[in-house]
Amino acid sequence: MVDLLQQVFNGLVSGSFYALLALGLAVIFGMLGVVNFAHGAFYMLGAFGTYVLLDSWGLNFWLALAVVPAALFVLGLVLERTLVHRLRELDALYGFLLTFGLTLILQDLVRREYGVQSQPYQPPSQLSGSVDLGLFDYPAYQVFVLVFSVVTCVGVWLLFTRTRVGVVVRAATERAELTRALGIDVGRWVTPVFAFGVALAGLAGVLAAPMRAITPLMGADLIIVVFAVVVIGGLGSIFGSVVAGFLVGMLQAVANLYIPSLSQVLVFVLMAVVLLWRPAGLFGREERVA
Amino acid sequence: MLRVDGLSAWYGAAQALRDVALEVRGGEVVTIVGRNGAGKTTLLRCLMGLHKQQRGTVELAGTDVARLPAHKRARLGMGWVPDDRGTYSSLSVAEHLALPPRAAGAAGWSLDRLYETFPMLAERRAVAGTQLSGGEQQILAIARALRSGARLLLCDEPTEGLAPVVVERIGAALREVKQQGGTVLLIEQNVRFASTVADRHYLLAQGRVVESLDNAQVRSRERELLTHLGI
Repeated sequence: MVDLLQQVFNGLVSGSFYALLALGLAVIFGMLGVVNFAHGAFYMLGAFGTYVLLDSWGLNFWLALAVVPAALFVLGLVLERTLVHRLRELDALYGFLLTFGLTLILQDLVRREYGVQSQPYQPPSQLSGSVDLGLFDYPAYQVFVLVFSVVTCVGVWLLFTRTRVGVVVRAATERAELTRALGIDVGRWVTPVFAFGVALAGLAGVLAAPMRAITPLMGADLIIVVFAVVVIGGLGSIFGSVVAGFLVGMLQAVANLYIPSLSQVLVFVLMAVVLLWRPAGLFGREERVA
Repeated sequence: MLRVDGLSAWYGAAQALRDVALEVRGGEVVTIVGRNGAGKTTLLRCLMGLHKQQRGTVELAGTDVARLPAHKRARLGMGWVPDDRGTYSSLSVAEHLALPPRAAGAAGWSLDRLYETFPMLAERRAVAGTQLSGGEQQILAIARALRSGARLLLCDEPTEGLAPVVVERIGAALREVKQQGGTVLLIEQNVRFASTVADRHYLLAQGRVVESLDNAQVRSRERELLTHLGI
């Protein structure tokens, strides 16, 4: 029983990463219609950025938590303006190809500099011990990741449900042309929304640095599962991607306890079942006909 | 208020509008009647700036807007009430009304005034837009355009598919808009309804304006018009 609870907790922690990544992916897909394959690479850059800040400049984790997402936001702005923007009129497939290409370039640039071995990073000293959760002790840093991720997701959710920014982004996401006809310059919102999604991936990368192996391929390993998460939650659904993120994390962790050989496959089985039952995903909207 | 001249539009090689000229004066309600495929919706989309392959003059209150993107036309006072009512499933009724920015120099109808004029909207303000009935969505679309302070409403078949009682409510809403000094360009298949809300009518056939009619002409030629419209 304690084992199971502990696994559920592990699942929530990996779910934290899935949720943050899926959230950014969902926001970008909803607004731009771009399946951002480079999302995993941005996550990887976030982790490497955290490592480099400490290694080269001696800037600690807490500073990285602020600086790295901001830097990735700027990178997102630049990439959207220079590359993604040009594909706006084209089929979604081109966006996929572009971001896939970006992934390869970013991965190889990092690999050239740092090789394939993982880089060391310690959790900040304030979070180095463990916390007594009653039934078991749990690493303090992991608890922090879970809390921080939930708070971030709730914050983003409030931003999208309670503010004018949220109303505009939801409207533009659902029906871009109509929203333009109502007086909103949708094009102006696209760039910051893309950058925001990229920054969220960077944030997940910072959180990953002290507890995951920092390698050029760390994002590539994760992104496939995150795609499944987004599909399960419902493409473009912000709420759905977060719920599905934690759900998939827990499913994997619990499966690890009982049927470890199937824990990776189960995610995709879940995806297939959800698609059969609800083709638009758990919280997705059916596409309108015409 | 609106002056259109030499407006032509294409879908690829197929020409949908040919040299359309029309005028809507401030405070007028003008309808465009015509059978399916005559180019009515294309015309409205051209006026709003949503159809790319177009050429011609479109002036809104003396400003040439023909090269402006849709959002700028909206900011200059065009109110968009599309044929599918433009309802969002992810926005509540209140959020629909909060969405459009105010048009330049316009105050827009206040929420109080909208809720007073259309009490149904106040009752259902927290509900998702798509949970409203068709007629309620139509009212919402009109109210949203009024909230922005639009000087000219572009309404695409607001009565389509609605029960007679609801059609009457839409008519009342449009007459209310007119009474408050609003200007409306209305696409309408229902000529009898059109003659109860509008001042003048243009008959559109195969992408051309073939006739300009007043209400008396519409009433006396109703049977002929209905035959032409294929109803």
